[in-house]
Amino acid sequence: MHLEAIHVYKQFQTRQGSLMALKDINMHIETGEFVGAVGTSGSGKSTLLRLIAGLETPTTGKIKMDGAEVIGPGADRGVVFQNYTLYPWMTAMDNVGFGLKLQGIKPKERRVRVKEYLEVVGLSQFTNAYPKELSGGMKQRVAIARALACHPKVLLMDEPFGALDIQTKASMQEFILELWQRLGITIFMITHDVEEAVFLSQRVYVMTSRPGQIQRKLSINLPLNRDHSIKRHSTFQDYKDIIVDLLSGRDVATSNSD
Amino acid sequence: MKLTIKPLHQSSGTPVQGLKPTVFWRIGEDIPPSFSSLLIVLSVVVPFLAWWVLSTSGLVHPKFLPSPPQVINALVRLWQSGVLLQDITASCFRVGTGFFLAAVVAAPLGIAMGTFASIRSLTEPIFGIVRYMPAPAFVPLLIIYLGLEEPPKIALIFIGTVFFNILMIMDAVKFVPKELIEATYTLGGRRWQVLLQVITPYVIPNIIDAFRINMAASWNLVVVAELVAATEGLGKRIELAQRFFRTDEIFACLIILGLIGFAIDLSFRVLLRVSCRWAVD
Ligand SMILES: Nc1ncnc2c1ncn2[C@@H]1O[C@H](COP(=O)(O)OP(=O)(O)OP(=O)(O)O)[C@@H](O)[C@H]1O
Ligand SMILES: [Mg+2]
Repeated sequence: MHLEAIHVYKQFQTRQGSLMALKDINMHIETGEFVGAVGTSGSGKSTLLRLIAGLETPTTGKIKMDGAEVIGPGADRGVVFQNYTLYPWMTAMDNVGFGLKLQGIKPKERRVRVKEYLEVVGLSQFTNAYPKELSGGMKQRVAIARALACHPKVLLMDEPFGALDIQTKASMQEFILELWQRLGITIFMITHDVEEAVFLSQRVYVMTSRPGQIQRKLSINLPLNRDHSIKRHSTFQDYKDIIVDLLSGRDVATSNSD
Repeated sequence: MKLTIKPLHQSSGTPVQGLKPTVFWRIGEDIPPSFSSLLIVLSVVVPFLAWWVLSTSGLVHPKFLPSPPQVINALVRLWQSGVLLQDITASCFRVGTGFFLAAVVAAPLGIAMGTFASIRSLTEPIFGIVRYMPAPAFVPLLIIYLGLEEPPKIALIFIGTVFFNILMIMDAVKFVPKELIEATYTLGGRRWQVLLQVITPYVIPNIIDAFRINMAASWNLVVVAELVAATEGLGKRIELAQRFFRTDEIFACLIILGLIGFAIDLSFRVLLRVSCRWAVD
């Protein structure tokens, strides 16, 4: 899988005139990568993710997936939204299986896949629970399982842990990292939490606003098998400092952009 | 100039100013179940007692305000002669058929209008105008077109409820979260699947509620229709009773109308509770 954005611009027409949400975005995601995008509010992170998902179209420029231009949403690009968008009238099981149902997969095979992915996200106990009976972290796991059950080529996540408390967020971060390694999936995740971006990503796009731009592409060279203890490591701190400086408009000569 | 600042906490004797607790005037909170039951009982018992006292006090002539026992007598009389059951059946049939037809038309049309801006533009203006034409004003036309039997009565109920149902259902569709629809696209959903498998189930509770609310209008209209031309029906019975100055029978019919409406309302609530458990707290 090779996903790329080529000279992407996105303009919105608002009542105050036109607004440049994204300016000259060039980025790529390769098979098996965990790519992060971090930026301040309004830097166009969500817009970028929606463009990749096909929920918006670029004003100019192209999004390409394996050479073919993205023209609309599809099951090859799974999306996890911030606000747990589960179907409230469906149980956890039916939520996870819904994508498969939409694609016309037979109930028998669907049941097997649903069971598998509920196990993957550790929610086998909650098969028949309705979304309103699940905690925020659990809802987000159902949403992740629902997206993964369709076997997408890339999983797009827009601040998936933004609404969670600190402890749940930390455990969800370890969970998604472990999932990524175990399943060999490709993930593109958006966050405004610098620490989260460094902790999870192999590569981070640092975005700034007005207009939304990629300031820097940063490779994170930390051991693949990480847990939260790595956050005390000095290299980790260095990466964090670089990004924080970039976001606050200070440039640093020591940055290791590539 | 010297500024004097009042101490925040005055001497320990004065109570702290704050929101005082209340039971009756709680906003958006539950009240104790026993207190709630008491109020519910009062809401029926107080008007009933007031009626009884007033009708037996001699202040009002019994021909104008029959007493509860007189009304019960009238009820028994109407029931035993068989006309009451006949009237109830006739009115229920008209309401049921007219409202059913309106529901069958309103649900798909309302969902389509809420979902597709194109269909909304195509239909909303005309529906918005027709909706404001009072349904009873159609009665003469309906009689000319459809005669004096059942069809004009059913048509009146249809006309009088279909537009409200459509517009309420259309509004409900607007509250389907956009992200839920987008999530469906990213799961490989097609537009017709979004329509049938996401939007429709999402608004079913609202549809049931719209039906429950608009049901009341169909009972208004059935009485109107029966006052004009009918041989039986609760509205007709009221008209006949007026002609012979039988206020006790009018009261009896009003009570029956109220009870039927209440029962229908209750069954819609039960239906909502049973079929859409996810939507009720
Ligand atoms: N549909 C739209 N119409 C008009 N303006 C929009 C629209 N979507 C986004 N914008 C504008 O584009 C800019 C970028 O928005 P976007 O939501 O992508 O930012 P973000 O980086 O995700 O911010 P946050 O961290 O707050 O989620 C903002 O100024 C926003 O107001
Ligand atoms: Mg955003």
